[in-house]
Amino acid sequence: MTWETVIGLEVHTQLSTCSKIFSGASTAYGAEPNTQADAVSIALPGVLPVLNKGAVERAIRFGLAIGAHIAPRSVFARKNYFYPDLPKGYQISQFDLPVVGMGALKIQVEPLSGNAKPYEKTVRITRAHLEEDAGKSVHGAAQGMTGVDLNRAGTPLLEIVSEPDMCSPAEAVAYAKALHTLVRWIGISDGNMQEGSFRCDVNVSVRRKGEPLGTRREIKNLNSFKFMQQAIDYEVQWQIDTIESGGKIQQATVLFNPDTGETRAMRSKEDAHDYRYFPDPDLLPLAITPEMMVEVRSAMPELPEARRMRYIEQYGLTSYDASALTSSREMADYFDSCVSLAGPANAKLAANWIIGEVSAQLNRDNLDIAQCPVSPQQLHGMLIRIADNTISNSGAKEVFRTLWSEGGDADAIIEAKGLKQVSDSSAIELLVDGILADNADKVAEYRSGKEKLFGFFVGLAMKASKGKANPTQLNEILQKKLAG
Amino acid sequence: MLNSSLKQMAAALRANEISSVELTGLYLERIAAHNPSYNAYITVNPEMSLQQARLADEMLARGQAQPLTGIPIGQKDIFCAKGWRTTCGSKMLADFIAPYDAHVIEQFNAAGAINLGKTNMDEFAMGSSNETSYFGPVKNPWDQTRVPGGSSGGAASAVAARLCAAATGTDTGGSIRQPAALCGITGIKPTYGTVSRYGMIAFASSLDQAGPMARSAEDCALLLNAMTGFDERDSTSLQREKEDYVRDLDLPLKGLRIGLPREFFAEGLSPDVAARVEDALSEYRRLGAVTVDISLPNSKLAVPVYYVLAPAEASSNLSRYDGVRYGYRAPEYADITEMYEKSRSQGFGNEVKRRIMIGTYVLSHGYYDAYYLQAQKIRRLIAQDFAEAFKQCDVIMGPTSPSTAFRLGEKGDDPVQMYLSDIYTIAVNLAGLPGMSIPCGFGDNGMPVGMQIIGDYFSEARMLNAAHQYQLATDWHSRSPV
Repeated sequence: MTWETVIGLEVHTQLSTCSKIFSGASTAYGAEPNTQADAVSIALPGVLPVLNKGAVERAIRFGLAIGAHIAPRSVFARKNYFYPDLPKGYQISQFDLPVVGMGALKIQVEPLSGNAKPYEKTVRITRAHLEEDAGKSVHGAAQGMTGVDLNRAGTPLLEIVSEPDMCSPAEAVAYAKALHTLVRWIGISDGNMQEGSFRCDVNVSVRRKGEPLGTRREIKNLNSFKFMQQAIDYEVQWQIDTIESGGKIQQATVLFNPDTGETRAMRSKEDAHDYRYFPDPDLLPLAITPEMMVEVRSAMPELPEARRMRYIEQYGLTSYDASALTSSREMADYFDSCVSLAGPANAKLAANWIIGEVSAQLNRDNLDIAQCPVSPQQLHGMLIRIADNTISNSGAKEVFRTLWSEGGDADAIIEAKGLKQVSDSSAIELLVDGILADNADKVAEYRSGKEKLFGFFVGLAMKASKGKANPTQLNEILQKKLAG
Repeated sequence: MLNSSLKQMAAALRANEISSVELTGLYLERIAAHNPSYNAYITVNPEMSLQQARLADEMLARGQAQPLTGIPIGQKDIFCAKGWRTTCGSKMLADFIAPYDAHVIEQFNAAGAINLGKTNMDEFAMGSSNETSYFGPVKNPWDQTRVPGGSSGGAASAVAARLCAAATGTDTGGSIRQPAALCGITGIKPTYGTVSRYGMIAFASSLDQAGPMARSAEDCALLLNAMTGFDERDSTSLQREKEDYVRDLDLPLKGLRIGLPREFFAEGLSPDVAARVEDALSEYRRLGAVTVDISLPNSKLAVPVYYVLAPAEASSNLSRYDGVRYGYRAPEYADITEMYEKSRSQGFGNEVKRRIMIGTYVLSHGYYDAYYLQAQKIRRLIAQDFAEAFKQCDVIMGPTSPSTAFRLGEKGDDPVQMYLSDIYTIAVNLAGLPGMSIPCGFGDNGMPVGMQIIGDYFSEARMLNAAHQYQLATDWHSRSPV
């Protein structure tokens, strides 16, 4: 019996405004509890919300990036429920009239297992709406007591709701990653998952092939892609096992426990709140003027998908490389800087180095491309020396290590370390002649068919040249001389 | 001095015939002597008031006085005033000291007016008799066995009893006009959005509007000048040129077209109130106005629509009183749910709880369309009725309330009877229009009768002009119970 998985995501992304969505209090992360809780944040009697234009502008930017309809008129609604970290007793959100309507996001899926090939897919985004974040309950703040920190209360969020278009954990993760890249790319969120700036709720259901949609369970608050994959894996298997053993899936909200790798129901549908949504009478409907649209549109950067396509078409990069380079705007900008200095002819070389050595070192040192100690100018200095055969690949690695740890400039390092490769064919010929003469027995063996020995001669020649011989030239000369 | 107009008081202050400290002291003495009987004030703070008066005297001495500098105003206890206990008439906020000033308070402070104290009110402005106040009922100065109306009952009583020079009120369904009528004073609720709601404790946000309550239309005009103005902290505040509401007071009324809605002169109206309103209309005709019959066919739906929408908004607005951050918290509870339940059960009075329950119900899943959405539709129809009517007339006149002040406790058991006390005022809030009440005589029981004037949007100056001309020709507004 084959099962199908159906997945939809709701992502809360914190917008990168300096102040809160309905007040002037700061949104900076990590301040002492309640130092960023102004009169509006703590919901004193008589205070009123005033909409932050920056949050609206960011929502529009997102809508444009996914090709969505931007509502010229949308409405803020109150979602009523009691919770200690919800100071007004209601959250201001958008309900039936959100600011961003149906759009779509193209994703590149890397299947997680097996030999399946990467593929492309388009995920529809149902809507995105503005809302305020709640505060935090701090348990054990004092002996046996729960404290409330309202610094986060009123932080602007964009809730992005997808259609249930994904049918594997790999697709869900690819979508989440693409969305994560996008919100950072267009500068609406810092996307910091540890600080809760990008939180995913995943709706999962399973069905037998060809049957109608199954009952879904919602995995709440996943803040890493790894956990997301683990949680969906577990949840899917759990649902299949439950049904196959004769059980029924009840609609529920579940939490993922990273320690056990399991999901567990938090509340069932029966406990679901009646939120009593109604339009917030303190806020006028949000009107977005054509002028504001023009203003935001004119400031939009080239989007990741467009740039990916450009890399493939303009520079002949593979789809995989183009995706890797557009995994963040900083990465793509780094690549673009290198290419603009080194020329389009060296684009592939630049791509290989950035995806290879540069990324590996960044990972090892746990750095972001924006913090890369080797600037595009420095990398370019090295790339052109690879391109013009001044240094060999191994020499380049030495140059790069030095650039990374000590800085400086490629040419100076090549000079100081004597890494310039010998590309003078007469010098190489001389060297090869000497080696062949010293190893006449091996030459004879080679000529009698033991061609494996070629590597032995290359090694000797390289050693003799202290690694500086141009490997291509060396190969050619060796081939010629050994052929006799 | 107690019966002087604000203009006269300001002149006396400027002429140094009396200082603000003396004037404030005079009122504080009256409050000390008489407030125990009227219960018009919840909080007085002589030290803070006199400190303001000293500053006002300095402004006067420097020749920097504005029209209200040095004049003691009773502030409804719904306005947050920095350092002042601000209770909203509720046990929930009985110990709440406001850490900031409402826009209205800021405006009066900037004008150099004196905050004389916080006036009593129905709890969270929910009531029409001032009997729902946690701090006890307010008495009508004309007859202490009778109610002053509500919710701004403390303000109306204080103005009538000369316990302040003037006062502020708020009006969600009639809370300025009805107590003004029942206490024989003048009050105006301006167009929705004219006075910022910032710092005014919310009852029903789409209906709440602050306004002045005073002894005359002229006084109200002066107060309104201080209260209005755009405030970016209130998203519903209207961005308009600041108006001078005094400017048109002296215009003649010749040709003024007064619309008389037949629905306001029908069943349910006390004959004595009807008679006094007719008398007033005769006076207006004598002053050159003409009356036209109009109809507001949907106005009969105003009360039921209001009692869906106002509780709906209130049920949400009052959710913040949960005992977590400020306000009343029950002394004993087992867990967070019980803390909410007990704090709110003990902290709110019955009328507030009733409205929270109604509001919660009408917003609930499965009822929202039938109640809330339906009510919003009728609300638009009611506004359209007025728009039609104002094609035929400049102002609308009629009774403010169907009867004169009733006895304390008389309607306590019957919320619907109590709600009908606002039958003529509520439609005005639903439409967001300005409305006012002026005294126009006395009923059979000797209690004041109020006449309501309703204007089109932003026609406050015209309404105040109509009221002022009537008050020049009559003396009902200057009758005093004390």
